[in-house]
Amino acid sequence: MTTTGHISEHIVGFVHLLRSMGIRVGSGQLVDFAHALTYVSLTERETLRDAARCSLITRHEDLPLFEAAFAFYFRPISGFDPAQLAIPVVRIPQRPLRIPRQKPATSPDAGNEDEQESQDEKVGVTLAYSASETLRTRDFGSFSYDEVQQAKTMMRHMQWRPALRRTRRTQHTRQRGRVDLRRVMRESLRFGGETLKLAYRRQRMRRRPLVVLCDISGSMDRYSRMLLQFVHTLADGVGNVESFVFGTRLTRVTRLLRSKDVDDAVALVSKQVLDWSGGTRIGNTIREFNVRWSRRVMSRGPVVLIISDGWDRGDPTLLSKEMARLQRSCHRLIWLNPLLGNARYQPLTQGMQAALPYIDDFMPVHNLLSIEQLGKTLATVGDIKRERKQRLSLPSKSESGRA
Amino acid sequence: MAFAGIDELQGALAMRNYIADRPLATTLFLALKLNKPLLLEGEAGVGKTEIAKTLTTILGTQLIRLQCYEGLDAATAIYEWNYPRQLLQIRLAEAQGTHQTTNIFTREFLIQRPLLHAIDASHNQAPVLLIDELDRADEEFEAFLLELLSDWQITIPELGTIKAKFPPIVIITSNRTREVHDALKRRCLFHWVDYPTLDKELNILAARIPNINATLARQIVVFVQELRRLDLFKIPGVAETIDWANALVALNTTALTLETVDDTLGAILKYQDDLQQVKGEAVKAILARVNNL
Repeated sequence: MTTTGHISEHIVGFVHLLRSMGIRVGSGQLVDFAHALTYVSLTERETLRDAARCSLITRHEDLPLFEAAFAFYFRPISGFDPAQLAIPVVRIPQRPLRIPRQKPATSPDAGNEDEQESQDEKVGVTLAYSASETLRTRDFGSFSYDEVQQAKTMMRHMQWRPALRRTRRTQHTRQRGRVDLRRVMRESLRFGGETLKLAYRRQRMRRRPLVVLCDISGSMDRYSRMLLQFVHTLADGVGNVESFVFGTRLTRVTRLLRSKDVDDAVALVSKQVLDWSGGTRIGNTIREFNVRWSRRVMSRGPVVLIISDGWDRGDPTLLSKEMARLQRSCHRLIWLNPLLGNARYQPLTQGMQAALPYIDDFMPVHNLLSIEQLGKTLATVGDIKRERKQRLSLPSKSESGRA
Repeated sequence: MAFAGIDELQGALAMRNYIADRPLATTLFLALKLNKPLLLEGEAGVGKTEIAKTLTTILGTQLIRLQCYEGLDAATAIYEWNYPRQLLQIRLAEAQGTHQTTNIFTREFLIQRPLLHAIDASHNQAPVLLIDELDRADEEFEAFLLELLSDWQITIPELGTIKAKFPPIVIITSNRTREVHDALKRRCLFHWVDYPTLDKELNILAARIPNINATLARQIVVFVQELRRLDLFKIPGVAETIDWANALVALNTTALTLETVDDTLGAILKYQDDLQQVKGEAVKAILARVNNL
C-alpha cells in the first residue's frame, strides 16, 4: 500500500482511476468494497486485490484493465516502477476512412449548403421520395457526396420489421389460448366464485435477433461507408442487433453503433477498427466468430447477414467448414453481395463458391431498392427453418495416424 | 457455521474435495460476510455449480436449486396459487353459505417455487440458493430477481410482502451465452472462474479420484492442458478431465498410449470437427510432449 493514511481516500481514489479507464463502477459497489475491507486483512496485497476485484468488477473484459490499475495504484513504495505509469492509458491509433467523409473541395461554401440541406429535410420525406426515384436504383459505388446524404435520409425513414419469433413466455390475450387460471380465479371472486368468463394466455411474439457481419476490406472500399450506415440504420430501427465488421480480423461494433447520429457512429467505428481496406480472410473471420462470439450472441434463433463481395484470400475449405457451422447455429443465413447488382456478375470467386452451398438467401445490396427488398425478406422469414442440404464434407484424415 | 478467515474456508472446501484458489475463496468468504449474492461466470465445465453444492454440505444446510431455461416465469420460479384448492374452497364455502367471508388468497393456497422457498420462514438457518445458468433465462426474468436479491423479499400482489428471516446464500452461475444485465450484476459480487493451472488441476484430480495412479493423473492433466492450447471449437473443462480420468481408470489404464487416447477422446472432445482435428497426428505430438516430462 502506498501510505498508511486514510483508507477511504484510497478506495475513492482507486475507484476514480477505474472509472477514468472506462470501467463502470456504481457507488453501491464502492460502498461494498469499503464494507468488504472491514472483513479482510489489509496487509495482504493479494487479498486486497481479490476483494477489490469481486466487488468492483462485473465484466470479464474489464479484468486486464483492473489488474493493471491495481498494480499501478497499490504499488509497493520501494519497488516503484515508472514504466507502470503508462499502463492505464489505452491509446487507439487513429486511421481515417479511405472513403471521403467531407464534401469535395470544389464547393467552398460548405456551411451554407448544410443549412440548405437541413431545411430540405424539414420540407418532408414524401417529396424527397418522388424526386429520388432514380436514386433508389443507382449503385452505391457511383454515389456523389450529395447523393450519399440524400440516401442517408431515405434509409433513416425505412421501416424495419423483422419477422417475429414465438417465445416461451406467455401473455394475456383476448383470443382463445391456454386458460389463465390465475386470472379466472381473481375474476370469479367478483361474482362469488362463479366463473362467467375464461381468460387466456398465449405465447408472446418477439422480433428475431439480427447478427450482421460486414466486410470492410479493400475490395469493398466503394461500398463500406454506405453499408456501415445501412447497418447503423438497422441497429437503430430494429433494436436487437449485434454488429461486427471484418477484414483480416473480426471486430464487434455493436456498442459503437449505438450512437444516435450515423456520422458519429461511423466515425467511432473507423477510429476503433484497425484493418480498414486491407485484405480479407473470410474463413478465419467466420471461424473467429464461431469460436469467440457465437455462444454469446447466437441465442434465440437469429437471422445472420453477411455483407461481403466474397473476395477471399484465405483457405476455401476452412471457409466452407465454418460457413456450415454458422448456418447450423442460426435460423436463416443471408449473404448480401453488392456485386450481385451487376447483371453480368457471376459468383465464381473461390470464396463465394466455397460459401454458396451454406447460404439460405443470396441477395444484392448495391442500391436502396435492394435494401428495401432485404427489408421485405426479413419481414417474411418464417417460423420454420429452410430445408438445408448440408453435406458433411470434412477432410477425412488419413488413417496413417494410427501406426 | 461461520468462518473466521479465508484460509479456514479454503481448507473446508478442500476437505470436501473442492479445490478453490485464493481469489475464489476470498470472494466466497466476502459473499458470506457481506451477505451478497455471488455471480460466477466462466466457460462450461469449470466447476461453477459444484461450488454451491460443496458450500451446502460444508454449512450443513439445504440446497435450493433453480435451473434456468428460456420462458422461465414467475409461476415456475417464484410461486403459484393452488387453483384446484381455491375452487374447492369456494364451492365448500358456498355449500356452507359462508362464501362472503372466504379469503382464498392466503398462505395455505400458495404453492412455493424455488425462489419463494428460499426465503420461507420455516428454515432455521440460511439455505443455499443456486440459480443455475441464468443466461438461459430471458432478460425479463432477471427483473424478478432484483427485489429478492437486494431486499431478500418477494411481493405477492394478493398477499403482501414476504421477507426472509435468514437471507439465503445466493450463487448465480452464467455461461455467458448472453450478457447478464447491469442492474443484476451490481447487486452481486463477481468472480470469473478460469480453467485451472496445471498444479490446481492435479490437486482436483487427486481429490476427486483418490485411487488414481499418480503418473497417470499427471499424464492426463498435462495432456488436457496441452489440448487447451490448440485451436478448438470447445476447449475441454475440468468436468471433462475428471470424466476422462474416470473412464481411463475404469479401463484399468496405467499409462496413456496413442491407442487408449484415440479410443477415449470422446470423453473430452464433444464436437466432430475437434475430434477430427486432434485424432492421430495431434495426439501423437502431444503424447510425445507428455512423455518427455
